Amino acid sequence: MSSFNNTLYFQRRITNVITTALSVCTVAFALTFLVWILWTLFSNGFSYISLDVFTKNTPPPGSAGGLLNAIFGSLYMVLVATLIGTPIGVLAGTYLAEYGKAGWLAPATRFINDILLSAPSIVIGLFVYEVVVHRIGHFSGWAGAIALSLIVLPVIVRTTENMLQLVPGSLREAASALGSPQWKVTTFIVYRSARAGMLTGLLLAVARISGETAPLLFTALNNQFWSSDMNGAMSSVAVVIFQFAMSPYEDWQHLAWAGALLITLFVLGLNILARTIFRPGPISS
Amino acid sequence: MSNSNHKFNSGAFFDKIFRNSTMFFAFVVFSVIFAIMATLVVSSLPALKAFGAGFFFSDTWNPVTIQFGGLVPIYGTLVTAAIAMVIGIPVSFGIAMFITELCPNWLKRPLGVAIELLAGIPSIIYGMWGLFVFAPLFADYGQPWINDHLGSLPFIGVIFAGPTMGIGMLTAGIILAIMVIPFTSSVMRDVFEVVPPLLKESAYGLGATTWEVLKNIVLPYTKIGVVGGIMLGLGRALGETMAVTFVIGNAHELSASLLMPGNTISSALANEFTEAVGDVYTSSLITLGLTLFIITFIVLACAKLLLIKLAAQEGKQS
Repeated sequence: MSSFNNTLYFQRRITNVITTALSVCTVAFALTFLVWILWTLFSNGFSYISLDVFTKNTPPPGSAGGLLNAIFGSLYMVLVATLIGTPIGVLAGTYLAEYGKAGWLAPATRFINDILLSAPSIVIGLFVYEVVVHRIGHFSGWAGAIALSLIVLPVIVRTTENMLQLVPGSLREAASALGSPQWKVTTFIVYRSARAGMLTGLLLAVARISGETAPLLFTALNNQFWSSDMNGAMSSVAVVIFQFAMSPYEDWQHLAWAGALLITLFVLGLNILARTIFRPGPISS
Repeated sequence: MSNSNHKFNSGAFFDKIFRNSTMFFAFVVFSVIFAIMATLVVSSLPALKAFGAGFFFSDTWNPVTIQFGGLVPIYGTLVTAAIAMVIGIPVSFGIAMFITELCPNWLKRPLGVAIELLAGIPSIIYGMWGLFVFAPLFADYGQPWINDHLGSLPFIGVIFAGPTMGIGMLTAGIILAIMVIPFTSSVMRDVFEVVPPLLKESAYGLGATTWEVLKNIVLPYTKIGVVGGIMLGLGRALGETMAVTFVIGNAHELSASLLMPGNTISSALANEFTEAVGDVYTSSLITLGLTLFIITFIVLACAKLLLIKLAAQEGKQS
């Protein structure tokens, strides 16, 4: 009897040791890839980052050049996309948090928004191609910015709603009791209290679209030359990386690595900034 | 008196405007998905008229004779996502188990941030790394091993036999797995963390091991949420574009071997869309996009429903 108990005990212990060891291995597995990818980026990209990258336009194969037009195009389209997506997202999120208690619209929007959040970005690109590029007849920076704004939108809606819901109801009641109309309560009191959290959401949204390639492939396309014209095709770092990395020219591939390192540092920097400086803490009332 | 009355009314007036404008934009967000669906359906019509339902069962893809069928990319999308799930689910589960049950407190936050960074890396970076670093190594060490040990097995051997080029469906699946792990593991971690500590403590008090607590207490309590997290990862694996485009090889050929190059819906779109000439070619590609959208819509909707159901079970608001 006692030996039976011992075997069972032993078996359970062994199973436990094996499964916990496997669990540690899975964490090591994931972290290995993180370190490996970052190491690859640094070892391949760092030596090709020079002043030229920031001061010269994308070159034809075989000549010196940089990523100036692509960096400008990326920043410009991300900025416009954020300017389009943020107000719409904030207002929609406000409806979900402040007025969405009754009716069908709020739960339905919440549901659809969560699906948009993970929808394939290339499908968004297809949609904007059909609606904008196909109608107008040419690729444009506007089309790229609209595609990116559709990716920003669900992120902003989600974080706005979550952050507004963290604001204590007593704060709204106190302001209402002083006689403020509800729009004033929302804009001056609730937004103010939720400011840090909403900024975090904004930064994460910007980080998310900064590296997006698929929706730009057939909306903004690419442009080898300097262009600040939103009505024409526009260059972006991500699309240049795609084009240059897939090319057989070594100097193009070097620029692709430099661009890859820049874009990753930018995206990870925004992520870390959002999670440390603007880390949403308990809201003081 | 009349002055204050006027003020009061203007407050109510602005209230109405503010409320209605927030409602309008919520409606805009709500309608986006229908706009996408309708646009893609309309643009798919030329291809669907030309090929009918046979489009989804034909593996021809010939721009010269204008004959198109979507079987190869649809098959590739499903297979690469399946590979990603086979690798991604156990790994994500292990990570969630480590973070919720084994990890010392001081490590929890850095580890969480590290996993989130893995999720934040743009997919084109995974693609470059996959093409230039992972694929050559995989061709030299991984694939010969797979050929030798799995390729000679009866029946299933044909899946693992093939040229050792590095790129192909298996490589794409592995890279997708790495990309979905952060998403699936973070959902799993979140649902594991809502298990009431009392339940776990009772089991530990009875002498259960960590693994037994996880298998007999945590998993049954959270299984709906775990499935929801898996679906969320699946949705991402199905729609991922750039990483796959770099390493899958882009061949419109149906092959039983996972080592052979293939195609997915999103990689076909990324590679061919701007070069497509003629209405039927473009429309065929958009039909593929529509198919991808419908598949991911169903998967993501199921994930969302399951997670809502889990939240309702806890008596919390979703």
